[in-house]
Amino acid sequence: MGEKHSESTGREHFLKIIFYAATIGFALITLLPFVWSLYASLRPAGDVFKFNIDIRHLSFDNFLEMAQVFPIGRWYMNSIIVAVVVTAGNLYINAMAGYALARINFPGRTLLFYVVLGVMMIPGQVTMVPLYILLSNLGWVNTLWGLSIPFLFSSFNTFLMRQFFLALPSSVEEAAEIDGLSALGIFFRMAMPLAKAPLVTLVILTFTGNWNSFLWPSLLGSKREIFTLPVGLSSLSNQYFSFPNQVMAGAMYLTIPMVILFIIFQRYFINGLANSGNKE
Amino acid sequence: MEKQHINRMWMGRRQKQQLVAAFILVLPAVVYLLAFILGPIFYSFNLSFKDHNLLNPDVSKYIWLDNYFTLFQDPLFKKALMNTFHFSIVVVPIQTVIALFLAVAANQKIKGKTFFRIAYYLPSITSSVAIATIFMFLFNRNGIANKFLSMFGFEPVSWFANPSYALPLIMIMAIWASVGVNMIIYLAGLQDISDSLYEAAKMDGASPFQQFRNITFPLLKEKTFFVVIIGFIGTFQVFDQAYIISKGQGGPLDSTMTVVLYLYNKAFSENQAGYASAAAFVLFSIIFLLTLMQKKFFGQDTSNY
Repeated sequence: MGEKHSESTGREHFLKIIFYAATIGFALITLLPFVWSLYASLRPAGDVFKFNIDIRHLSFDNFLEMAQVFPIGRWYMNSIIVAVVVTAGNLYINAMAGYALARINFPGRTLLFYVVLGVMMIPGQVTMVPLYILLSNLGWVNTLWGLSIPFLFSSFNTFLMRQFFLALPSSVEEAAEIDGLSALGIFFRMAMPLAKAPLVTLVILTFTGNWNSFLWPSLLGSKREIFTLPVGLSSLSNQYFSFPNQVMAGAMYLTIPMVILFIIFQRYFINGLANSGNKE
Repeated sequence: MEKQHINRMWMGRRQKQQLVAAFILVLPAVVYLLAFILGPIFYSFNLSFKDHNLLNPDVSKYIWLDNYFTLFQDPLFKKALMNTFHFSIVVVPIQTVIALFLAVAANQKIKGKTFFRIAYYLPSITSSVAIATIFMFLFNRNGIANKFLSMFGFEPVSWFANPSYALPLIMIMAIWASVGVNMIIYLAGLQDISDSLYEAAKMDGASPFQQFRNITFPLLKEKTFFVVIIGFIGTFQVFDQAYIISKGQGGPLDSTMTVVLYLYNKAFSENQAGYASAAAFVLFSIIFLLTLMQKKFFGQDTSNY
């Protein structure tokens, strides 16, 4: 397009500058809080509210001290166990249900599908009280069971998996039947490997959501041995309120593993987020 | 004949096998739906008509609509509703507009896409508890935010200790954390819009703003629907940040009391399970109404959300 008139190229240049300024500006807005709090977590208490850049006194003392005062290792273990169990459960249970809903004709299929769709609209708080009563009757309050077992299924993920399996060509089953695979065999040996992309999304969303979840773990864990990292950080920040450098060390304990995972699996995270859009 | 017969027998076996497989595949999901979702929903609905104390469940009795009447007469619940509405009505439009603007900006041929991606989405993968503690540090009276604002002549304020600033602080956190995700959703939509539409518009002499108004925005309608509805549903359930900055109390002066925090405290600090269930159903009705309103507003073509 050689014959653009100068007025419009001028306008495009102007727009380009605005767009660059906006994208860079917003990147600063998102990054600076992380950078500043990481910096604070490495500084001695006397320096946290100074606005200079001074790398002479930086150390991991706050991290070490927080790990001595609080069972951070234990919180890590709890968070990892709960997130892994919940993610693995969701991976299979939702894919299985989604596959059956999409590919097998069975009585009650339509009803089940509408139930899955219907409960997607219901906020988790509605089930909070009865679930708590149920779990306390089971003796699961203050246990890792209570934090993980009730959350191995998600109607949203089942719906996503159904949509994916619906779009597969029927030749998948036809080929498998010729090979003599049973219906279950088709699911585990053919459908699951084909569903790698949505399953990666599911794994990332479930793991992230669970790693960061706060309401339910704070409700169910009143003993600090059973805290997950977010609950631990919440109690740590209440106790060490006057020592922001140490609270920031606590925040970094919670944030840094996720940031590393995110940078490594960046592409998958972004696809996953694009498909979901719900952080809350 | 023979062959057909065998075929039919085989089909029958195949069908039976399929039914068994379907049964096995959906069984865990059905158990979960019944035990951890549907069961509790009905139980909760029933509880909402009862006076039920968690510590004293044996004396639970039906009081029918009294919980709901009490709820709407409780000034603290009204305050919680107002705060939550206020929170949603500020956060959702702002985060949507910023996300749309940034998506359009980042969709141009801009260098360093990977860097921007990481920067923008970092808040979305960060725990809201970590975000709240980080922001309490940044927005401390002596913190960097006040320092920055003082360059523009603002007096330093105690954000989370001042009833006029605590809720806005949570709004800032929420917007900061959600813009990235909403932006990716918009970006995905932008990439589906064919370049030829813009080229044709340019031929007709349409300005960039006209192109945006007549091409980009209408074609992103579905994405906007999604971002707005998910935004409202999410913001209506705001809890973590309010809990952290007020230590679970909803203060100062109830300025950060939200609907979910209210029902959490009623249920688990005051043990009023029936009353809290009523609050949960009010929250559910609001979210449900919002969904219907949005559907109506944006038309039927988005019914698959």
